[in-house]
Amino acid sequence: MVDKIQMTDISKSFPGVKALDNVSLSLRSGEVMILLGENGAGKSTLMKILAGVYQADSGEIFYKGKKIEIQNTHDAERCGIYMIYQELNLVPDLSVSENLFLGRELKKRGGFVDFKEMNRRTREILKELNVHIEPTDLVRNLSVAQCQMVEISRALLVKAEVIIMDEPTAAITNQETEELFKQIHRLTKEGVSILYISHRLQEVMEIGDRIFVMRDGMYIDTVEARSTDQDELIRMMVGREIGDLYPKETVKQGEEILRVEGIGSADAVSDVSFSVHAGEILGFAGLMGAGRTELMRLIAGADKKTSGEIYIKGNKVSIHSPKDSIKHKIAFITEDRKLTGIIAGMPIYLNVTLSSLGKFHKFGFLDTVKEKRDTEKYVKELNIKTPGINTDIATLSGGNQQKVILARWLSTEADLIIMDEPTRGIDVGAKREIYMLMNELVKNGKAVILISSDLPEVLGMSDKIAVMAGGKITGTLMRDEADQVAVMRLATKDIVL
Amino acid sequence: MFKKYGPLIILLLLSIAMSIASPFFLAKDNLITIGIQTAVIGVLTIGELLVIITGGIDLAIGSTLALSMVISATMMKVGIPIGLCVVVALLLGAVFGYINGFVVTTMKIPAFIATLGMSGILRGVALMITDGLPISSLPDKVAWFGNGRVFSIPVPVLVLLILAVIFQIVLSKTVFGRQIYALGSNHEATRLAGIPVNARVRYIYMLSGLLASIAGILLMGRLTGAQPTAAIGYESNAIAASVIGGASMLGGIGTVWGAIVGAFIMNVLTNGLTLLHVNTFFQQSAIGFILIMAVYIDIMQRTNNVNLLKSIKKLIRR
Repeated sequence: MVDKIQMTDISKSFPGVKALDNVSLSLRSGEVMILLGENGAGKSTLMKILAGVYQADSGEIFYKGKKIEIQNTHDAERCGIYMIYQELNLVPDLSVSENLFLGRELKKRGGFVDFKEMNRRTREILKELNVHIEPTDLVRNLSVAQCQMVEISRALLVKAEVIIMDEPTAAITNQETEELFKQIHRLTKEGVSILYISHRLQEVMEIGDRIFVMRDGMYIDTVEARSTDQDELIRMMVGREIGDLYPKETVKQGEEILRVEGIGSADAVSDVSFSVHAGEILGFAGLMGAGRTELMRLIAGADKKTSGEIYIKGNKVSIHSPKDSIKHKIAFITEDRKLTGIIAGMPIYLNVTLSSLGKFHKFGFLDTVKEKRDTEKYVKELNIKTPGINTDIATLSGGNQQKVILARWLSTEADLIIMDEPTRGIDVGAKREIYMLMNELVKNGKAVILISSDLPEVLGMSDKIAVMAGGKITGTLMRDEADQVAVMRLATKDIVL
Repeated sequence: MFKKYGPLIILLLLSIAMSIASPFFLAKDNLITIGIQTAVIGVLTIGELLVIITGGIDLAIGSTLALSMVISATMMKVGIPIGLCVVVALLLGAVFGYINGFVVTTMKIPAFIATLGMSGILRGVALMITDGLPISSLPDKVAWFGNGRVFSIPVPVLVLLILAVIFQIVLSKTVFGRQIYALGSNHEATRLAGIPVNARVRYIYMLSGLLASIAGILLMGRLTGAQPTAAIGYESNAIAASVIGGASMLGGIGTVWGAIVGAFIMNVLTNGLTLLHVNTFFQQSAIGFILIMAVYIDIMQRTNNVNLLKSIKKLIRR
């Protein structure tokens, strides 16, 4: 049988980097091919060439054995290739059906848009996908998972035969992931091929038929998902043994750093109490929308609490703003690096010193020499890969951006570091470095709160795990009694079955 | 290279062109006139630039200038000492600016709307106070602010210079300046980094109001009078100057010296065209054209990474 897509000897350079070096890929009909590799391995670049976003410098693409030229996304769509980007390309203020038919609106005589027919066909497709949204719903009001389904609907509408998904599960819950996988299986049964980019080893093994591994712009190997294991995949991805993925070291615990009593907010959090000690990593697990991030935002002063008290080292404190929480030695690393973390367009050193400018001035005048010296120190300590400290932070990879943000908070000399999804969108190598750093922090007598939707990560790194559901802590598990089943039971406690 | 010195290069090229086209352009008196004319708009531009760096916009500076000037002049007419009148004008400017900042940060009204509304309010009050009529024949001493000399430098030019140096230093060398750029680039990230962003923004609008009232004093000196209709539309010139000088309306980018150069570019252009007896009404169109081109070249620089020459070539080809 002829492969549906054959890419041969694709090379692509960007100024200063060879993004792809003679990569070849073949995709069969009705299979799920996983593209696995660290950030910067070239997975997305390869897929964007297939989708017509980029043009290859050299190499050829064949569709069912016939050579094709893909100059732009329209060419790709004509060949039935449809890419669903990580940052979903939907217009928030248009309805579901308007988004589906964007650029190919159905028209009545006289050039008027035929909304009725558009809505009818949208309803058909949504029904087929078993998605419970209305064609007239505004995309703005949909969840990330629902938006994904809208994208898949669009792919079906254009009769896509190859759907490329770029980290589709990065921002959706486990249940939603299951639903997504169901749909993927349905599509492949009908002969649609899926190219699936992901970092998550576990799901990769679950959903994938074959796994295509890349590293540094080069093709490494293709393996059958059935006949491989995580260790082998990691080894191929990083090109070396990295040992245990979760290098947890247990440290003797010291004094209480933070205690929260009966804290609550207007909508998302109600009556939460917990404490965390020096030397302890306290994990927070739960489904998306359980109130974990919202809880941390109250503690960090980002939002206003409506009830409850916060105690730092036994003393009651009042926190009304992020400034107050920093004063009380709390650091808050947010989940959305791009929106609420980095100051894009600004050099690294400036991003590092932002929260601790108090240390870097004389009479209000900046001591840039000291700023740069300290930043150099962090670049070395945290192994931040960058051409220099004057480099624009936005040009770094996700993992390195995260390390810069970490440096910002280390510079505040915080006692408690709250990390919200610290490894989201970060490659395995950098992940491990962040885990090692967490170890280092608790060894130095600091406390860490780790929020993560990656369950193995929470289980692997935490001393104690608090599970939230519906804005409350539904249970707390010690490291040795916690497993996926126990956590999920608590995480779904408020959901009536 | 162009990004940093582009405005300066344009100013130089423009000046050379004007001096070739008109023998009067380089005359000492003409240069002094350009300096004095630019001083008022230049001081306003500094304030506008500060606001633009925070990602906001201040459409009330013209009205702030007019109202603080009118009140100050009214006080002078009843014999209150000039010094006191000036101080009151500056205080009023700062207060009006602070109110803008309050409306923007605490009432959370978009800056464009907030300052547009404020502009109407202030202008209306200025017209009511004066019954719409200019106030003339102020004490002679007031003229010093517009036409006086210190070490043979015109006072308005000196004021502009001093303010420009101060604010350039504040922006580039101080913690405050750093925080302003940061919050202009990413408001929420800066807030979460522990910087009291709303307080900073209110302060910036206050400074913008203060600078507008300073510009008002300089203008009052030149006119030895005050007009409730003064400085109408000056805010658009100040915005244009900031943007020509490299500031981004999205916030986080801009320098004082660039904005001042931007103000000079506009005034050299008007001055030169006047010397060449070009229709005054056409001059407005010319400035509008320059504004669009300046931003267009800047955008091309960023997206294509090409040099100035190529940008211009490309422009011509289109």
